Amino acid sequence: MSDARDIDPYDADRPLLMRCSCGRHGSAAEHAAEDASTELRRRSETADFEADSNAFVEATLVKALFPQDAVRRRFLRAVGKGTAMAAIASVLPIAPLQALAQAAAAPEKKDLKIGFIPITCATPLIMAHPLGFYSKQGLNVQVVKTAGWALIRDKMLNKEYDATHFLSPMPLAISMGVGSNATPMNVATIQNTNGQAITLHVKHKDKRDPKDWKGFKFAVPFEYSMHNFLLRYYVAEAGLDPDRDIQIRVVPPPEMVANLRAGNIDGYLGPDPFNQRAVFEEVGFLHLLTKDLWNGHPCCAFGTSTEFIQQNPNTFAALYRAVLTAAAMARKPENRELIAKVISPQAYLNQPETVVAQVLTGRFADGLGNVRNVPDRADFDPIPWQSMAVWMLTQMKRWGYVKGDVNYRQIAEKVFLLTDARKTMKQLDQKVPDGAYPKFTIMGKVFDPEQPEPYLGSFAIKRT
Amino acid sequence: MDGTRSLDLRAGLLSALILALLLGVWQLATRPAAGSAAAPAATMTPEQIEYARLLGKEPGAEAGSTAGRSGFPTPAQLGSKMVEHLSRPFYDNGPNDKGIGLQLAYSLGRVGLGFALAALVAIPLGFLIGMSPLVYRALDPFIQVLKPISPLAWMPLALYTIKDSSISGIFVIFICSVWPMLINTAFGVAGVRREWLNVARTLEVSPLRKAFEVILPAAAPTILTGMRISMGIAWLVIVAAEMLVGGTGIGYFVWNEWNNLSLTNVIFAILVIGVVGMLLDLLFARAQKAVTYVD
Repeated sequence: MSDARDIDPYDADRPLLMRCSCGRHGSAAEHAAEDASTELRRRSETADFEADSNAFVEATLVKALFPQDAVRRRFLRAVGKGTAMAAIASVLPIAPLQALAQAAAAPEKKDLKIGFIPITCATPLIMAHPLGFYSKQGLNVQVVKTAGWALIRDKMLNKEYDATHFLSPMPLAISMGVGSNATPMNVATIQNTNGQAITLHVKHKDKRDPKDWKGFKFAVPFEYSMHNFLLRYYVAEAGLDPDRDIQIRVVPPPEMVANLRAGNIDGYLGPDPFNQRAVFEEVGFLHLLTKDLWNGHPCCAFGTSTEFIQQNPNTFAALYRAVLTAAAMARKPENRELIAKVISPQAYLNQPETVVAQVLTGRFADGLGNVRNVPDRADFDPIPWQSMAVWMLTQMKRWGYVKGDVNYRQIAEKVFLLTDARKTMKQLDQKVPDGAYPKFTIMGKVFDPEQPEPYLGSFAIKRT
Repeated sequence: MDGTRSLDLRAGLLSALILALLLGVWQLATRPAAGSAAAPAATMTPEQIEYARLLGKEPGAEAGSTAGRSGFPTPAQLGSKMVEHLSRPFYDNGPNDKGIGLQLAYSLGRVGLGFALAALVAIPLGFLIGMSPLVYRALDPFIQVLKPISPLAWMPLALYTIKDSSISGIFVIFICSVWPMLINTAFGVAGVRREWLNVARTLEVSPLRKAFEVILPAAAPTILTGMRISMGIAWLVIVAAEMLVGGTGIGYFVWNEWNNLSLTNVIFAILVIGVVGMLLDLLFARAQKAVTYVD
């Protein structure tokens, strides 16, 4: 990050120092990062934020239980707040999660390793580390940068990591044994929503209609990713068969930019900051934000194995609280610029700060000469709606990643947490809400999670 | 004596000249193109100025200050990066940000361990193969099949079975450094001169003594050649393995800087890898010289 420019002797604005002015940091950027993290930490300790983030966590859980507002109101009126809160507390098989300020039970395991891929999707997971949210929960967490998604999968399977940053379809695939041994995994929260983009090479500035993309070569970061599913969905809506009319390759994100520059690929649907990085390098432009395909779509997730949750429920609860607190903080637009400073240095994303800031603040250069302002370009809405899982399963089936009959609900509820709530509520003799199945609109088409098979059948291009 | 000294001197001068030439060509090739200066800030709309800033360019600044951002660095940029890294080689900012010295230590540790394990297996086994034509013939097909396998092809298998990424890295070093040592040891042992073995037999020395006092010294130069080749391969492999597995080491450093698209750091790492590889080779060359004998 601190290139030779940092010590340009003729730059009047920079001190002629190899180190920052206070002398404690390796570079001026590190110094700025520490200042930013001090400020964010101060903000996180204000009573306002604590109340906010408690409310946020609580709202997350209430919303997850009661996707339909009407049902929620009916339920609250019927049983009263106390009972409702008890029910909400049992959303996960663990101690009350919503009581962030409350002293929690001692974690079973304190020293944890959490894997992450250096992309902005991992923002809450990463920033919880420098801001001390993990240590506040009594955990000694190492966030470990990992070289690729397959490695994340392998390190979760062989228990080197206690919890990890996932692409949200990965836990579904791993739990079903698609592309690996079947090992039950859980999604605790969605890390981020939106935040991806289709980037095209600058030479394709005049080919903005996907119908013109026949023969294009695209890259996605992993097969079991929202990137792959959304790209396939998008080109198929334009009438192209993603397996025959275009090529889709799995390429690690940093190599996407290099391959785009070399002309080996025509574009990619990739994670940020690599879309913005392509603009920064002046090799690509942002064709569209995935927000425009499905506003509020999930992308990355935070999760772990079912076994880990069962063996360490308190640790898991503490982790969950830390990540949700970070998500609450990251949701606020006024914090985004500082967060970019905190997570850009070498220990985390290792990217130019201006690139990360553009992704997080949503004020960005689009590579076509415009400055655009899209505040919700990336957002952090942590609810793992089970209907999202159902959608991912329909797409996995659509493109032939899974064959035969799929029990959508069963898999979705097994993997996307919030399930035991229903069991517990039954035990408490309460009327069970209908699970987390809100409908979504994807490219103008409403997805009804109650009807996955007819939805699947409605597509002209598919592999089933 | 005088002749060799003047030859050394001239060779040194020539090397310096070639280096200067290379640096000069590099400097010229990466020189910012004249006339690429951004339009003066005065003629730009506020939006254009903001756009330029978002692309990391300071409008109105000299062209030179923004060139080579992540493109090919100039020698001066590389030099300042080197000074920066070498001035604090052992800092440790947690698992994802360590000084170059620490990263090298991790890599050398892995190579050392994998190589030592390989030596422990390959040299005794090589002895056995070299002394017994029967074992040689029996094992030969296996060696021939396993030897040409690229070490990285072992990686997924290792990760799957060993279930630990750092041990998998060591295993890959082991599996790639075992073959040259094994083959060279077997070759060296099999090639010990008949007369010496016959003398040992007439003197009725014990088999152990024969192995250590006759065969080992005789085969030592060949064995060390094998070890030298193995070490070269191990050092080649560790970088690739660490790029794949991540975590720590010089290979991870390269991957991390590739992630940042920072060619300057990648070139710096390449130089470091080259220099360390050369030092390792020198070490074995010394050892080889020490055990060489004249017939």
